[in-house]
Amino acid sequence: MNRFAELLDRLAYEPGRNNKLRLITAYFRDTPDPDRGYALAALTGALSFKHAKPGLVRDLIMDRTDPVLFGLSYDYVGDLSETVALMWPKGGENYRESLLGHPTPQPSRARGEGAQLHAGLPPRTKSRATIETLAVPSPLAGAEASEARSRGQGEGYPTGGLNVDPRRHNNPPPPTLCEVITTLRTLGKTELPSQLARWLDELDETGRWALLKLVTGAMRIGISARLAKTAAAALGDKDPHEIELIWPGLAPPYLDLFAWLEGHGEKPVNRDPAPFRPVMLAHAIEDTDFASLDPADFIAEWKWDGIRVQAVSGRDERGHTQARLYSRTGEDITNSFPDLLPSLHLPGAIDGELLVLRDGRVQTFNVLQQRLNRKVVSPRLTKDFPIHLRAYDLLGDDENDLRELPFVERRAHLEAFVRKLNDPRIDLSPTIVFDSWDALIAARADPASAGAGEDADAVEGVMLKRRDAPYLPGRPKGQWWKWKRDPHIIDAVLMYAQRGHGKRSSYYSDYTFGVWTSGEDGEQLVPVGKAYFGFTDEELLQIDRFVRRNTTEKFGPVRHVVHEPDQGLVLEVAFEGLARSPRHKSGVAMRFPRISRLRWDKPPREADRLETLERMLKDVTAN
Amino acid sequence: MTAKHHTAEHRGETPYISRMRPHDILLPVAAGLCCKPGGFHIDPVRPVERAVITHGHSDHARPGHGAVLATQETLDMMRLRYGDNFAGSTQAIRYGEEVSLGNVKIKFHPAGHVLGSAQIAVSYKDLCIVASGDYKDAIDPTCTPFEVVPCDVFITEATFGLPVFRHGDAADEVKKLLASVALFPERAHLVGAYSLGKAQRVIALLRKQGYDAPVYLHGAMEGITRYYESRGVALGELRLVKGMKKADLAGTITLAPPTATSDIWTRRFPDPVTAFASGWMRVRARARQRGVELPLVISDHADWDGLTATIAATGAGEVWVTHGQEDALVHWCRVRGLAARPLDLVGYGDEEEHELVAADEAET
Repeated sequence: MNRFAELLDRLAYEPGRNNKLRLITAYFRDTPDPDRGYALAALTGALSFKHAKPGLVRDLIMDRTDPVLFGLSYDYVGDLSETVALMWPKGGENYRESLLGHPTPQPSRARGEGAQLHAGLPPRTKSRATIETLAVPSPLAGAEASEARSRGQGEGYPTGGLNVDPRRHNNPPPPTLCEVITTLRTLGKTELPSQLARWLDELDETGRWALLKLVTGAMRIGISARLAKTAAAALGDKDPHEIELIWPGLAPPYLDLFAWLEGHGEKPVNRDPAPFRPVMLAHAIEDTDFASLDPADFIAEWKWDGIRVQAVSGRDERGHTQARLYSRTGEDITNSFPDLLPSLHLPGAIDGELLVLRDGRVQTFNVLQQRLNRKVVSPRLTKDFPIHLRAYDLLGDDENDLRELPFVERRAHLEAFVRKLNDPRIDLSPTIVFDSWDALIAARADPASAGAGEDADAVEGVMLKRRDAPYLPGRPKGQWWKWKRDPHIIDAVLMYAQRGHGKRSSYYSDYTFGVWTSGEDGEQLVPVGKAYFGFTDEELLQIDRFVRRNTTEKFGPVRHVVHEPDQGLVLEVAFEGLARSPRHKSGVAMRFPRISRLRWDKPPREADRLETLERMLKDVTAN
Repeated sequence: MTAKHHTAEHRGETPYISRMRPHDILLPVAAGLCCKPGGFHIDPVRPVERAVITHGHSDHARPGHGAVLATQETLDMMRLRYGDNFAGSTQAIRYGEEVSLGNVKIKFHPAGHVLGSAQIAVSYKDLCIVASGDYKDAIDPTCTPFEVVPCDVFITEATFGLPVFRHGDAADEVKKLLASVALFPERAHLVGAYSLGKAQRVIALLRKQGYDAPVYLHGAMEGITRYYESRGVALGELRLVKGMKKADLAGTITLAPPTATSDIWTRRFPDPVTAFASGWMRVRARARQRGVELPLVISDHADWDGLTATIAATGAGEVWVTHGQEDALVHWCRVRGLAARPLDLVGYGDEEEHELVAADEAET
C-alpha cells in the first residue's frame, strides 16, 4: 500500500506526461504480481467495491468530526479522500494519541505552558459589560485548552521517544495493496467501516489519502485510463491500442496481461460477446483548415445534439444475444435504456447518437436530459421520453470487425444493417449533399432547408468525415472534423464572484453575470446566468485580481463586485441555447454558458439588455 | 443625533461609558477596525489620521496615514517598502509597553508571525480586547515567540481556519528540501517563499539543520533579508542570483518570491526543482495549481490546532474572526459556547496572494 501511495502522491505533483508514464512504468516493473495488477485496475477505474461508497467514508469522518467543519473543509479541498485524510483525527485513544501525533518539538506557549497555566487559573473576572454581551458564559474555555493539549500537539509527549518513529512503534505493518483489495472484496457491509477505520488509523496522511482514493474509486489525479494502459504497454514495448482492443475481456489483477507484456505468456483474447470499442473523436475545424481540404474527400452529416453512444450486440457461448449500450468513455449505460434493448436484435456494433423522438421529431437536449443519470427507469419515463438511436457508423457486423475499412464502405454496411434491423427506434443519420465548401456553409447556416427539416433545432453543427478514414480510436488528426454552429453571444456585466473548488479554490472563478433591464428604480442589472469556464489561465488571474480589487461587499463566500454603468467588467458570454425559466428572476436560462472574451474595452452601460435575450428566445421558439 | 443621546451625554461620561460594549470600543468600518474612544484604526486599509499597525505585511501596513504607532521593526519595514514619507509621523513601541490613546490603553505583545509582529491589546477599564493581527504559535527562529494574552474579546485571523490545515513541524519540511538537494545535485532548487518573513525563516531553518553552503536570493528579497540580519537574525552566507553562471547554480538553494518561480526568470537555473514554502501546500490541488514539484508545508500563520488552542487559552468569552476561513472558526467557537462573529473586513488576504503584485514590480 505504501509503494502505491507513494506512486499516487508523486503522480499528483508531476505535471509532465512523459514523467508520469515513466513513474507508472517503473512502478509496474518494480512491483510484483498481483499488486501491480491491482494498481493498474485502480488507475484505470476498473475497481469498484460494492459496499465501499463515498457515503461510508463520509459517515466515518462524520462520527469523528463536526459535520459543519467537515462540510466547509470538503467544500474548500474539493476532494473527499483528501479532506478525510487531512482531517482524520490522530489515533483513537489517549495512549495512542500521544504516540501517533506529530509533536511540536518545543511546545509553544499557546499549546504548552501558556494554556496549562491558564487552564489552571480561576476564570478571569469578566467585566459587567462583557457578561451582558455573552449569550452563554464560557466555562468551557479552560477545558478546551486542556483538550487541545492532550491531542498530541504539545505537552504529554514522552521526550525519550522523540528519536523513535512513532508510526512503527507497536503498530501492525501497513497493509499491502492486494490485502486491501481482497479484504474489501470479501468483507461484509457491516464489517467494512471498522476495517476501514483501522487502516486509516494505521496509515499516515499520504497512505490514508491513497487508501480512500482507491476505496471510493475516484482517483482524479490527472491520470487517464488511457495513460495507465500506455504505461503498461511500455513495459513490453507494445502499442497501447493493442491493450485497448483486448481490455474489455481482461480482469484485475491482469496476470495474463502482464505475462504477455513481459514476454512469458500468450496475448490474451477478448471473450466478451458485446465488448466496447474505443471511440473515434473529431477535431474542431477552424476557418483556415478549409483551404487545404478538398470537399470531394469528405462526407458530411448533421451533428446531433444528443449523447454519443455505442450500441453493441453479440452472441455468448450459448448462442444468446447480449446487447449493451456504452457511453463514449466505455461506461456501460445499458440499464438506463431498457426500452432500446429489444431493437438491438442483430449482432453488430453501432456508433450513433442517442436522442428523444416524439412524433418522429427530434427533441432538444433539455428533453433528453430527463433520461440521463436515472437509477430507476419507470414505464412512464420511457413513454414520455421515447428513446431513439440515430446511427452513423458500424464498427462490427456479426463476427466481422469493420474498423479497418474506409468510412465510405462502413457507411454502405451501416445502411444495409439498419435496413435489415428494420426497427422504428433506429434510423440512419442522413448525409448532407454538398459539392463545395460554400454549399456546406449554406447548409450549416440553415439546416432546415438543407435536409434537416423539422429537426433543425436539434442540429448543433456539421460533421465532416474523410471517405477513406478507417475507424481509429482516440482523436486522430485530419480524419473527422466537427463544425459547430456559432454559439449565441451576449455582453453581460460581472455582478458576483465566488471561489472555485479544488485547484481553483484560491481563485474567484465562478461568475454571476447580468444584463440591463428597466426596473422600478430605473436601469438595473438582472442576473441571467453563471459561468465558470471559457477563460484562459491568464484571464482567470486578471478577473481574480479585478474581483479582489473591486469587491464592494462580502456575503460569506460570495463577493459582490462593482457593477455600475461606468464601473465594472463586461464579459462576453457564449451559450448554446436559451429557455424560459420561471426559477430565474430574469425569466431565462442559458444552456452551457461560458466566458468567451473579457471586454475590458467596454463600459458596463453598453452591455446587452434583457430584451436582446428575450428576442433570441422568440427566434428560437419561432423556428 | 437624537435627543436621547444628548441627555446621556449631559448626565456625564461615566454612566454612559460604563455600559460600553466591546463594539463600542472597536468597530469594523470600511477603513478597518476603528477604535472610536481611542481615536485610531488598527491596520487600516485606507489612509486615516491615526493608525496602529500589527505587522509589516502590505495588506496590514499601508502608506499614507497621518500618524503611525507600531514596533520599530514594523516601522522600518514600512520605510523600506514605501520610502521615508510613508506616514505623517511615527511612534515606535516595544513589546510589553503600554500607552494611552484617548480613553483607552493599548499594549503590544509578540504575535510570532514575522519580525516585529504584534498583537494589540486595547483596554477600557477592565474590558480587554486583543487584536492579534496575523499570528502563529509555532516556533520561529526569526521572531519573538507568540504570547497568549488573556482577554475578554479575542480578534483572530482565520487564514488556515479549517481542520484540514495541520502544519506539522517546519524542520521536517526543510529536511525534505535538503533530501531533494542531495538527490538531485545537478539541479537547482528554487524555493518560492514570501519575501517578508517566510524567506528568512526558511533560511534560518536551513542553518539549524546544519546547511552551511551559501543561500541564493532573488533580487526582490535582498533589502528585507539584509534588514533581518541588521536586527540580529543570523542567516549565514547569502548571495544574489544575479550575475551567477547557470552551471554554478547546480546543487544550490535559491529563495524567490512565489511568482518568480514560475516565470522566465527561472530559465537561468539548471533544470530547477520548484518548491514552495506555504501552509497552502497542505492541499494537493493548491500545489499542483502552482506547478509545484516539492511542496513544503511551512506557514507563518497558526494552523487549525493553533487557532483553536489559542482561542481557548486566551480565556476570551467572545471571538471576532477576521480574514480567511471565518465560517469554520466561528462555528467552532459557537459550539463551545463562545460568542463569535465574522468581521467581514475587506482588504486582507494571505500575503502570498498579495505578493503577486509585489513581485511583478521586482527584478525580472
